[in-house]
Amino acid sequence: MKVKSKEDIKNNNFPEFNVALWKYRGEDGALIPLLQSAQNTYGYIPESAINYISKIVKIPPADIYGVITFYSQFRLKPMGKYVIKICNGTACHVNNAKSINQSIQEELGITYDETSEDGMFTYQSVACLGCCSLSPVIMINNETYGRLTPQKVKKILKEYKAKK
Amino acid sequence: MKKITVGLSTCGISAGGEKVYNALKEEIKHRSLPVELAETGCIGMCYREVLVEVNNGKRFLYGDITPDKINRIIEEHIIKDHPVTEWLVQGPEPLIDDTFFKKQKRIVLRNCGLIDPNSIDEYIKKDGYKAIQKVLKEYTPETVIDNILKSGLRGRGGGGFLTGIKWKFCRQAVGDKKYVICNADEGDPGAFMDRSVLESDPHSVLEGMIICAYAIGAEDAYIYVRAEYPKAIERLKKAIKQAESKGYLGKNIFDSSVNLKIKIKEGAGAFVCGEETALIASIEGRRGIPRFRPPYPANKGLHGKPTNINNVETFANVPWIILNGADAFSSMGTENSKGSKVFALAGKIVRGGLVEVPMGITINEIVHEIGGGIKEDKKFKAIQMGGPSGGCIPASMGDLKIDYQHINKTGSIMGSGGLVVMDETTCMVDVARFFLNFTRNESCGKCTFCRIGTKRMLEILERITEGKGQEGDIEKLLDLGQKIKDNTLCGLGQTAPNPVLTTIKYFREEYETHIRAKKCPAHSCSALITYNIIPEKCTGCTACSRVCPVQAITGEKKKVHIINQLICIKCGKCYDICKFSAVLKD
Ligand SMILES: Cc1cc2nc3c(=O)[nH]c(=O)nc-3n(C[C@H](O)[C@H](O)[C@H](O)COP(=O)(O)O)c2cc1C
Ligand code: FES
Repeated sequence: MKVKSKEDIKNNNFPEFNVALWKYRGEDGALIPLLQSAQNTYGYIPESAINYISKIVKIPPADIYGVITFYSQFRLKPMGKYVIKICNGTACHVNNAKSINQSIQEELGITYDETSEDGMFTYQSVACLGCCSLSPVIMINNETYGRLTPQKVKKILKEYKAKK
Repeated sequence: MKKITVGLSTCGISAGGEKVYNALKEEIKHRSLPVELAETGCIGMCYREVLVEVNNGKRFLYGDITPDKINRIIEEHIIKDHPVTEWLVQGPEPLIDDTFFKKQKRIVLRNCGLIDPNSIDEYIKKDGYKAIQKVLKEYTPETVIDNILKSGLRGRGGGGFLTGIKWKFCRQAVGDKKYVICNADEGDPGAFMDRSVLESDPHSVLEGMIICAYAIGAEDAYIYVRAEYPKAIERLKKAIKQAESKGYLGKNIFDSSVNLKIKIKEGAGAFVCGEETALIASIEGRRGIPRFRPPYPANKGLHGKPTNINNVETFANVPWIILNGADAFSSMGTENSKGSKVFALAGKIVRGGLVEVPMGITINEIVHEIGGGIKEDKKFKAIQMGGPSGGCIPASMGDLKIDYQHINKTGSIMGSGGLVVMDETTCMVDVARFFLNFTRNESCGKCTFCRIGTKRMLEILERITEGKGQEGDIEKLLDLGQKIKDNTLCGLGQTAPNPVLTTIKYFREEYETHIRAKKCPAHSCSALITYNIIPEKCTGCTACSRVCPVQAITGEKKKVHIINQLICIKCGKCYDICKFSAVLKD
């Protein structure tokens, strides 16, 4: 995920976004892929993108807003460099995902749908990452980590923190 | 030449598969060994990931491999030809783990873990794309449909509708354009069959879709994949490109007059989009809200055109049925449920993973023989099938045959294949609360009973697990559950009460103990647990008082410690850390 700097966002400096958008022009059902492309570029969907997309697909911004809020994938606020998804699916639930959640919150000082102050981590809860036999499981960006213990998850997070 | 293969589907990777792969690559290069290194998908033994296969004409499968074990395998097996027997999980000689495979019948998973999912040639070597060639040469669309009908294949996405009939309706529907959709939204928590198939054998799904498109007369197809499955999306994209470049997809498939374009649509995180009309709305770029049926998608689907939607596993069965004959498929299973079913085994089971069993196998056979029983020798309590639409079946019904008819009778449903095993430490009220929380979150909000009813049920369940349950709560849950079932539009609402209704049916005393005695028999609901230190066992090592986050434990070194119940937040840390079992959980 390529996240723009705060300056870029402020100055509406979105070169990649435009390119990605033009690719979809005129296709049926383009709205969701467009939103996904915007989110892939910025890490969230800025208001300017909504207005821009609205012009392309000829759907009013209010309706686009309705679509964005319907799907849990879409964010209206900037996300951290690393998005941590904790699985709260059935298998993870019975295998004590609760204790993993506790450790993550202790380690990062944020709870669900929050982003850490340094902009490094965003924390989300999801239902099942499809690795149930390795439960409990978390996903950081596109990497999945399984068979976790509170100690293991703290170690993983420390490694990410060191990466910066 | 020897070949080393590493299992690299999401489960393998998250267990450290890529590290093992890279270490092997280094080592092979470093020693300039004449060895071929390859990747494969998921063979189903997730409990033994990372899996590494060494093949010198015979197959040797190693389990629980970490990078530091690589050297020994290379030294002994590759160079000296002495397999490291203690790490083997499957080999030419029978091993304990073979019981994992003994009762399985692999149709959908026929290639999973055996071929490289990135290679169309390996799929072709396993009779891949033969079924579609046979169909194009020998079958009319009607004979394809007759064959699927005769096989008795039922949709594997949860509903269990006869696939042949669905195809027939769509074939007969009038429209200038028709669509095929593969439902890979797999939203049920606890289910990962479709992900594994897509990651391990994507071409089998594509081939099934091409056959379906020919049968109903469609030239456009979509695969709707949930966004949480990046690996599956990556492999599908690659597979589609490969098939296109060989002329198996696109215009004039195998030089026939048949055309098909398959596109991938990524979901955006909404469980209800697995429901077919919601899924169609989502592909069209709208909010995924189900609509009233009829008209069914077979008549009025995507963009108002006749559309056939099937699940991943359903499609993966199709090429096998064409090649092996409808009778070979229908000879397996029970009277009303033919063939095999893939289950994702997870939860408190020793061997969690992916298994494919003939319909009609019993619960006990799956849990005890294939799954190897319950972890840590705890007591088997129940299985949960069908995710949030399904229910819990108690261990006492372990001899029940798994097929559509028998499972439906229990109040649960077959579902798409998630099978979560629960032991004595799992609280059934908490499980019901867990699922209601899920459906409450995922309700699209269209039907009043689904939107508000699930919330009210959740509130009742929450207060029961918090020790604030009241007399009459069980009756309220039953009443509300029935009303939600009767007054909602789509499968989400109609089945949402199932987890509650089945747990009340089979575990009513557990609810009553929560409500009346304010106790959780499984010691799982934290509000109903108290922690106490047993003075006779306490050595005064101070481990508990040091780990307690709220300083609720006091006591001098080498003297008996005490927990102050007013301060205790019941986090259980003292219980976990005590080496002398001096903390009593009650
Ligand atoms: C709330 C809800 C969620 C569903 N989720 C899925 C799903 O994730 N995957 C799936 O294949 N079918 C799902 N279904 C069933 C589909 O509506 C549809 O019946 C199925 O895709 C048809 O394919 P099949 O006949 O091959 O089973 C869901 C249904 C409901 C009501
Ligand atoms: S329940 Fe957590 S990965 Fe499926």
